[in-house]
Amino acid sequence: MSESTSTLREPAPGPTGDGEPFLDVRDLRVHFPTDDGLVKSVDGLSFHVHRGKTLGIVGESGSGKSVTSMSVMGLHKQGTANISGQILVDGTDVVGSSPEIVRKMRGKRMAMIFQDPLSAMHPYYTVGNQIIEAYRIHNDVSKDRARQHAIEMLDRVGIPEPHQRVDSYPHQYSGGRRQRAMIAMALSCDPELLIADEPTTALDVTVQAQILDLIRDLQKEFHSAVIIITHDLGVVAELADDILVMYAGRSVEYGTADQIFNEPEHPYTWGLLGSMPRFDRVRSERLLPIPGSPPSLINVPKGCAFNPRCRFADLNGDLSTTERPELVDAGHNHLVACHLPPAKRRELWRDEIQPKL
Amino acid sequence: MITYIIRRLVAAIVLLFVVSAITFSIFYLVPRLAGATPESLATRYVGRAADVETVELTAERLGFYDPIWVQYGNWAKGVVVGTTYDMGAQDVECPAPCLGYSFITRQAVFPELMDRAPVTFALAIGASILWLITGVSIGVLSALKRGSFFDRFAMIFALAGVSMPIFWTGLMALAFFSYKFNITAPGGSYTPFTQNPAAWAYDLLLPWITLSLLFSAQYARLTRAGMLETMNEDYVRTARAKGLVEKRVVVKHGLRGALTPIVTIFGLDFGLLIGGAVLTERVFSLNGLGNYAVQGIFANDLPKILGVTLLAAVFVVMANLIVDILYAVVDPRVRTR
Amino acid sequence: MTVTDPSGAARAEGAGTAERRELLKVTGLVKHFPIRKGLLQKQVAAVQAVDGLDFTVREGETLSLVGESGCGKSTTGRLITRLEEPTAGKIEFEDRDITHLKDGPMRPLRRDIQMIFQDPYSSLNPRHTVGKIVSAPFHLQDVKPEGGVKKAVQDLLELVGLNPEHYNRYPHEFSGGQRQRIGIARTLALKPRLIVADEPVSALDVSIQAQVVNLLEDLQDELNLTYVMIAHDLSVVRHVSDRVAVMYLGKIVEIADRDPLYERPMHPYTVALMSAVPIPDTKRRHERERIRLQGDVPSPINPPPACRFHTRCWKAQDICKTQEPPLVELAPRHQVACHFPENAPAGTSDTPSGDVPPADPGSR
Ligand SMILES: Nc1ncnc2c1ncn2[C@@H]1O[C@H](COP(=O)(O)OP(=O)(O)OP(=O)(O)O)[C@@H](O)[C@H]1O
Ligand SMILES: Nc1ncnc2c1ncn2[C@@H]1O[C@H](COP(=O)(O)OP(=O)(O)OP(=O)(O)O)[C@@H](O)[C@H]1O
Ligand code: SF4
Ligand SMILES: [Mg+2]
Ligand SMILES: [Mg+2]
Repeated sequence: MSESTSTLREPAPGPTGDGEPFLDVRDLRVHFPTDDGLVKSVDGLSFHVHRGKTLGIVGESGSGKSVTSMSVMGLHKQGTANISGQILVDGTDVVGSSPEIVRKMRGKRMAMIFQDPLSAMHPYYTVGNQIIEAYRIHNDVSKDRARQHAIEMLDRVGIPEPHQRVDSYPHQYSGGRRQRAMIAMALSCDPELLIADEPTTALDVTVQAQILDLIRDLQKEFHSAVIIITHDLGVVAELADDILVMYAGRSVEYGTADQIFNEPEHPYTWGLLGSMPRFDRVRSERLLPIPGSPPSLINVPKGCAFNPRCRFADLNGDLSTTERPELVDAGHNHLVACHLPPAKRRELWRDEIQPKL
Repeated sequence: MITYIIRRLVAAIVLLFVVSAITFSIFYLVPRLAGATPESLATRYVGRAADVETVELTAERLGFYDPIWVQYGNWAKGVVVGTTYDMGAQDVECPAPCLGYSFITRQAVFPELMDRAPVTFALAIGASILWLITGVSIGVLSALKRGSFFDRFAMIFALAGVSMPIFWTGLMALAFFSYKFNITAPGGSYTPFTQNPAAWAYDLLLPWITLSLLFSAQYARLTRAGMLETMNEDYVRTARAKGLVEKRVVVKHGLRGALTPIVTIFGLDFGLLIGGAVLTERVFSLNGLGNYAVQGIFANDLPKILGVTLLAAVFVVMANLIVDILYAVVDPRVRTR
Repeated sequence: MTVTDPSGAARAEGAGTAERRELLKVTGLVKHFPIRKGLLQKQVAAVQAVDGLDFTVREGETLSLVGESGCGKSTTGRLITRLEEPTAGKIEFEDRDITHLKDGPMRPLRRDIQMIFQDPYSSLNPRHTVGKIVSAPFHLQDVKPEGGVKKAVQDLLELVGLNPEHYNRYPHEFSGGQRQRIGIARTLALKPRLIVADEPVSALDVSIQAQVVNLLEDLQDELNLTYVMIAHDLSVVRHVSDRVAVMYLGKIVEIADRDPLYERPMHPYTVALMSAVPIPDTKRRHERERIRLQGDVPSPINPPPACRFHTRCWKAQDICKTQEPPLVELAPRHQVACHFPENAPAGTSDTPSGDVPPADPGSR
């Protein structure tokens, strides 16, 4: 039961905010021993989020986004995952603390909303019941008081007629309202960190826009740190201050949203941008997909995990296939894990990639 | 919901008629197909020594000369509105639900059934409480400690429990606990609850345990499978993410989610059981409905057989209906669409 | 479509397609799913999944159907492919009425009209090899391809960018994108003319999605395929379509060539839909004008009267609640069903009902 104190910490690399970050993840590794071999779902990940800031984590399916968020919440079942590194939530290390300490932090200091709001709520209890439960875990109040609070929360997230709706079951809500109710539940104890794991993937665009607005407004109001996990670059562009691009369990690029969208330096990030049909620009003749598919996390390619799919891997001699590139600062706290020299990367982006997008 | 229940009730009544008609046909037709005549059937009731006239009179009185549907009609009419029997010396009033008179003991069937029902009820209720508690808790623990020593042991026990026939376990239990160690009551003991509740429980303890052994094994497996599923549900993860203590996560969220199939199976099992726990009653010589049915079958005493069958069918159909209603109680998605 | 296709550019303008032959024509298409209740299972209501669609698809073009979940896109696709029996209306394929064709006469047509499904996982039988899956249509339709079935299958695999040597592998050995390719290969086996693709890339990762989108476009050029594409991602739709139909609660509210639709959307719903798409550009984050629809889509069992969008429309007036706006052509090949369209060219914004004042395009 080790409680690290903030005095031991040096300033972490990466985009900065004011003062101590609320969440500071350092060299996180989450490995699952399975019959097929060791799944290295997260393998040396560091990032941080300040209060009032939003971090977007993007990456393809299986890149370890959800495993990361579950680790921050301390939700991995004991014995199934080997977790190392540090996850400091306001100075308390989730990895090293006892389950009871972490449990008391869940819901109160950090809360989470999930992708599919229908399956994430218990079908047999009313929405109000579930919010009341969440509130009373961390607040010693009467049922009536908690119910009042639940109604306030539902009202706050924009559910019409909260007095009646509080007694409805999740299946009686529409998809968008369910996600609103999930948000109400997550925010019921006023957490300082909110993790949203693909909060809008299951929703229609119009509803997605409503939910993103809601998260943005609530963040301003509660001044909480927010992590939004998604594979939709559009969503992070709307919400995030900083962006972490994940590939095969590692961070390949980490910078401010402006850096990632306007001067990206990692070939994988270029690939993501090129794969996306653009809604806002003149239609390109052809999309520029990343060839191949993401690697298995049991047999991550040697060297840079992205090298089999990278058009520029051979520009580095055999460095890309033999040595894993570290995440280093390319200037202005823009971290990139690529063997290409920074000058070369900027040149490629400017001359080859950007004009085609 | 109301129209639904009405529809189900109508269907249930139709079903009861069908069941009774089939039973009726089997026990009336089969002997005839095997070559029996109305007279030879009547002989069974009055004895071989009787003269031809008595036999014919009896056959006449029992309605053996009527076509089968008339006989069934008479019987069914008796069930619904009651009937009057010509018992030779005087007419006997048999009020609804009249299930007829035993051909052999000349006792009215319905009151006899009512006499024996409490025994079967007591057996079923006690055993089911036992097996629900043990089965469900073993299942939950097994699921939570999946792959552990406890889990493996419990599942071997469950497999054994399911595959051991009750007459074997029952006889073994009697032999050891009642006769060898004298801990439990010997076979055949039964004290009505109203007389002495303690003696009642003491007498039924061994039958309860034996019967529940079989079922708790089944329920442990069922619960374990259900729990393994629900504990992986997203809503359980949500419950943990709220910071709920693990015990509440398991009981309030996990178990609650796994309850539906258990309730369903339980309703059906219970309905079947109060229709007559034949084997258990035989083994422990309890005079319940199951034993009554067995006696009826051995004696080819049609009114007895029909009576028990009908009663058992009523219980099963009722249980089905109750299960469906319970379903709506347990799962709000069924209740509120 | 690739730059190598000379007709591609012209087609994108919509001019080329105008001369092309109509392959599919749908008029007044309706599908209601009855809801039964009570003792006698009487029909008490109906899900008005599709309620009067008119559109045509020309040979070699891509028509996309977009709209929110439950607006009837998939049902439309299933009606066109005759997997579902229409309640009313008419479907013509190459001028032939196929609306109520029985299975027998429909069989040869099934070769021409094929469907691709969303889920690359559940739409392939896990116990069949790729060879068996892709060759199934040959056996079903009793077709003996030249050079044998195996050769034909390997050619198909090559066509969709899979290794022909993977003939004997099972679906689980492939990634999502590759599985979708297998599904596409199966669809292409009988050289269809019209392909209805229901969310063909929605389940795929962005990078893989781009591969499949490119593949579909290449195939269209090579084989002169006609697509009816069902999708909810407006960026993908913009990339792949020649024409786009926007659906709301079982009706088409706007249908137009791609560029006019994206540049000058006229129906308020289309405008709202477009403004809800998140844009991957941090610089434009704050300058965008946002229109946020309130509430949810009403139930298709009891849709609002007249204009079905009026409950959420910010331009709605009394007439919208009483008179259904007809789908009329407000610009060339651009039809809109709204009393007060946005971006309407001057002079055309008068609704046919005449007594309504022309909409002011600036009145938001
Ligand atoms: N309990 C577990 N045991 C073994 N492997 C696991 C476990 N949980 C996750 N993984 C593996 O870890 C990898 C990362 O999974 P994760 O769910 O974090 O992906 P993701 O980035 O969230 O993807 P998606 O976008 O599909 O949600 C996957 O390959 C997954 O199979
Ligand atoms: N077989 C059916 N029976 C009853 N209702 C149906 C049936 N199939 C579809 N519906 C209903 O018809 C409406 C339209 O459904 P459809 O699947 O066409 O929507 P969609 O536009 O494809 O939506 P999504 O984007 O969610 O796939 C929905 O309200 C749906 O519930
Ligand atoms: S007709 Fe009226 S309600 Fe319907 S979209 Fe147009 S303005 Fe809005
Ligand atoms: Mg995930
Ligand atoms: Mg659909």
